[in-house]
Amino acid sequence: MKYSYFPGCSMEATGIEYAKSLNYVNRAIGLDFIEIEDWNCCGATAGHTKSHELGIALPLRNLALAEQQLPGLAMAVPCASCYSRMKYALQAAHSEEREKFSRLIDMPVEGSVEIVSIMDIYSVEKTKTAISAAITKRLSNLKIACYYGCLYSRPPKITMAHNIENPQNMDELVRLTGATTVDWAYKTECCGAGHHVDIPQESKPLLYRIYKNARANGANALVTACPMCMLNLDMRQGAVNKAYDENFDLPVYYLSEILAIAMGATFKECGVASHFHPAKKLLQKENETKEVV
Amino acid sequence: MARAGVFICHCGSNIASVIDVEQVAKSAEQMTGVVYAATNKYACSISGQEMMKQAIIDHQLDRLVIASCTPRMHETTFRKMLGKTSVNPYMLEVANIREQCSWVHTDKEKATAKAIDLVRMSLAKVLKNQPLFTSSIPVCKKCLVIGGGIAGIQAALDIADGGYEVTLVEREPSLGGKMVMLDKTFPTLDCSACISTPKMAEVGAHPRIKLMSSCEVSAVSGYIGNFEVTIKQNPRYVDHDICTGCGLCEEKCPTKLKSSFDQGLGQRKAIYKLFPQAVPAKPVIDAQHCTKLTKDKCGVCAKVCPLGCINFADQESYTTDTFGAIILATGYQLIDWGSHYPEYGGGAYADVISGLQFERLVNASGPTEGKIKRPSDGAQPKSVAIIKCVGSRDVAKAHGYCSRACCMYAAKHAHQTIEKIAGAQVYIFYIDVRTPGKAYEEFYDRTREDGAVYIRGRVSKIYEENGKLICKGEDTLIGKQVTVEVDLVVLETAMEPAANSGQTAALAGVSADKDGWLTEAHPKLRPVETQSAGVFLCGTAQGPKDIPDTVAQASAAAAKVLGLLAKDELETSPMISAVDTSKCSGCRFCEQVCPVKAISMIDIPSIYNGQKVKRTVAQVNSGLCSGCGACSAACRTGCIDLLGFTNKQILEEVDALWQ
Amino acid sequence: MVGKNLSLLPDENKQKIESLVKKAGAKLSDCYQCGKCSAGCPMAESMDLMPRQVLRYLQLGLLQEALSSQAPWICATCQTCSARCPHDVPIAEIMEAIRRQADQMGIRPLRRTYLFSKYFLLPLKLFGRNHELTLTMFYNLTSGKLFQHFTYLPAMLKSRKLKIWPAKVKNRLAVRKIMENCEKEAQNI
Repeated sequence: MKYSYFPGCSMEATGIEYAKSLNYVNRAIGLDFIEIEDWNCCGATAGHTKSHELGIALPLRNLALAEQQLPGLAMAVPCASCYSRMKYALQAAHSEEREKFSRLIDMPVEGSVEIVSIMDIYSVEKTKTAISAAITKRLSNLKIACYYGCLYSRPPKITMAHNIENPQNMDELVRLTGATTVDWAYKTECCGAGHHVDIPQESKPLLYRIYKNARANGANALVTACPMCMLNLDMRQGAVNKAYDENFDLPVYYLSEILAIAMGATFKECGVASHFHPAKKLLQKENETKEVV
Repeated sequence: MARAGVFICHCGSNIASVIDVEQVAKSAEQMTGVVYAATNKYACSISGQEMMKQAIIDHQLDRLVIASCTPRMHETTFRKMLGKTSVNPYMLEVANIREQCSWVHTDKEKATAKAIDLVRMSLAKVLKNQPLFTSSIPVCKKCLVIGGGIAGIQAALDIADGGYEVTLVEREPSLGGKMVMLDKTFPTLDCSACISTPKMAEVGAHPRIKLMSSCEVSAVSGYIGNFEVTIKQNPRYVDHDICTGCGLCEEKCPTKLKSSFDQGLGQRKAIYKLFPQAVPAKPVIDAQHCTKLTKDKCGVCAKVCPLGCINFADQESYTTDTFGAIILATGYQLIDWGSHYPEYGGGAYADVISGLQFERLVNASGPTEGKIKRPSDGAQPKSVAIIKCVGSRDVAKAHGYCSRACCMYAAKHAHQTIEKIAGAQVYIFYIDVRTPGKAYEEFYDRTREDGAVYIRGRVSKIYEENGKLICKGEDTLIGKQVTVEVDLVVLETAMEPAANSGQTAALAGVSADKDGWLTEAHPKLRPVETQSAGVFLCGTAQGPKDIPDTVAQASAAAAKVLGLLAKDELETSPMISAVDTSKCSGCRFCEQVCPVKAISMIDIPSIYNGQKVKRTVAQVNSGLCSGCGACSAACRTGCIDLLGFTNKQILEEVDALWQ
Repeated sequence: MVGKNLSLLPDENKQKIESLVKKAGAKLSDCYQCGKCSAGCPMAESMDLMPRQVLRYLQLGLLQEALSSQAPWICATCQTCSARCPHDVPIAEIMEAIRRQADQMGIRPLRRTYLFSKYFLLPLKLFGRNHELTLTMFYNLTSGKLFQHFTYLPAMLKSRKLKIWPAKVKNRLAVRKIMENCEKEAQNI
């Protein structure tokens, strides 16, 4: 299976573990992500706060490039923010605003590209089967709270998501590894990652509530599929513990990291080694009791 | 030469503020065939009618155009008036210059010009009108009531007490509907079952009421005074003619199921009475869950029944009967809130319950014998959140309308919780508190006095954490987010029309609005009638309402039916189809399109090439024809005309528009 | 006269509010102030006005009060409000429209958020892509939070989560042109 690929800026920097692990999993199951040549930043999260036009035009250039370079392929977008912006751009390309935006980016655009997230891609039945087949370890010690974040679900008029309060597709993928997933209430509650730089203090209560509900429902780790959420949840756990006099110990993993580990990747290969919140221990314990499927 | 009179109504300022009525009258006076034109402040009033009657005498008028409101409103009034004059009541046309002109336009000049056009068109038509004469049909003095909730019960009793036969059809195995499930009724807090079960028993024992439980209406034909109704009896598997209701079968049945009557909170058997005071007080078998019927195992009930009432081979059966009138009292159901509100857990939390479930919990004859215990672990909740408008006033997720009764029963639930659980903390999340009823506001006052905390704001999310249900809201009065952690959440969920009520109503020719509520003939002046003559409605089938309003409406519908059944004969409208047999080719197309099956074919003698032959032509049953005009539109040779709306009349009317 | 005299509001307020709300694809009369938006807002605790109150100010014609609120700048655009609103009011879009309008008028009640947006777009204009180090440098220097996130720096550089040198788009001019076009277009409307 081939997809055109819009990595987004994070994948080259803060989301480097995501890029590594995605790569590992894709290789293992024979998925081909073809990077769009000369792609640009989608502008999230500042572009759309500046103007409606900028919020659409920046991602739209990438849609137009994909249509030119890789016609007919669905576009894989691994970051929730980029995914959301691309979906907005796609909607604009299908609206009466298409002409205007085509002029603003000085490129023809049809809106013929389908935008898909990593969860969408891995949930395709055939791919799911391939993932199952590639998994060699059972991570049965993990009790995962799957954290979907805001933008894969909302606004449903843009994302076309059906189950915006309690989505299930990431849970289903995580369970392929033998890990359990917990029912919890903060799957799609915002973590405040957008304010990570400007007003980081204000996102602490958001993170606190997320950790608290995950722990209360028996989770020992979080899984996400968004580099922005990852950075926020992983990097700031210590600060939240300090601010609330708490002792949350919830390593955060990318969906692809969990899958890669279950497929036999080393920590270095998939990036687990470089998390802020120690993430190896839980998996090491696991590795000791590994059983081959 | 025709002598037409034209009358322009001011309708107070409704018409006159937009249309220059004097100008319209002046223009009308110039039109061919008009001998007199005048305006009147209120044409429908007694003085207005007297003025027109006098004009008929003074100017020897033989036909009238009245330019006023829609003919739906007062055409009948004016026809009745003409009945007392020398003019035939059907030598009248009503030009609608209110709904179709003054109410929808603001430009006076253009509106006046349009009104003149409308008058000219009506005049063109009335010049082609022919006198028509009514005939009469006999009335079958029996009423069918569909639905055995409190609305149907009340209507049936009123009509039967008035001396007429009633058949009451109920889909469930027992009468009672929703009211009998409730614990206490606001604002007086009298026991709901105590006041409704005697009425149920009265229906069961009434010599003039035939109760048909586990039955549904499957077909309706005919017309006012003479409806032919087919009723389906669903299999009960118990011979109710022999059964004494001893209860032995129910006691011995090994299959336990969730009780729908207890809203899933209690249990019943596969052979069951809906509830102890059920009427009829005899059991039925739940065919979906009885192991004898599904797997051919067990059959214990048949073994223990001392009278041999059990009949596993029971089949559905049909009966047909004739009725003079029909009352639709099909009621409501509560919204399936779980599928609309994933943010409230979507039904995943056992202790987030509906208001009706709370009624069963607090009811002395309910599954907990009236002790408020939460479903998850049977513990007594110390704190309860009550959330109003779940599914109501929410166009995005469910229904835009207000369900009307919830504000009051939310207050009642709060009161009952505080009364039964010492020290209980109750929070009520509301958007508005609506208490328009006698002693309702006082009940709300009392609930606050009891200590219920009213929080103005819609809850955004409910979730469980560490054994508590957390409701996230905003108190919009202080403009701050608030959170309550409680043991039980009661959602006061929206009413919606009962399943299939629309289909049942459609059988009787009654339509529903966009939300599925059955449509009355006029929201103010004909609230219990429908557009289908002889068919009436009452209770929540027509829209959300509480018990007092339901009962009042049921009695109103009964009064209408009594008025109808008191007549021996009914006048029929002469505005029905007529066939010109000389042109009819007998193609039968009209027969197919007729919705009331009023057209049949007959052979008439004819002469062809000098030979006597028989020719097949259409004929109209004047009792059945409702005057819809479908046949006339469908007729290929143009031989069917709707009297009062002949093709010639309508074409003249259209032509007049271009003059 | 006590309080806000609603009778003396300038007529232009109404028109300005109408055009602002129209841009957001909303109808103010749809909101009946139930508060579900604010009840579920993850950032509401930090706001000076509840999102519901921002809408209320617009409903009353009090434009200035809405424009000078911090709430639209604190809004994380998580869309929880819009998704749960019983009348489908696109609240998040309205918040964004207010923020853009205020920004254009030079009203920036939350300076740090304004600076973040400003310097977020800087590397975009220069390189066509985001560059955290450039952004952080400019932001920290101007916001007075010189050492914010400083302790994370060595680890991030080591794990290559922060890149010293920015990634660049080949056709940087095209991206810059788009940004300029959009700026012009936004001002024209």
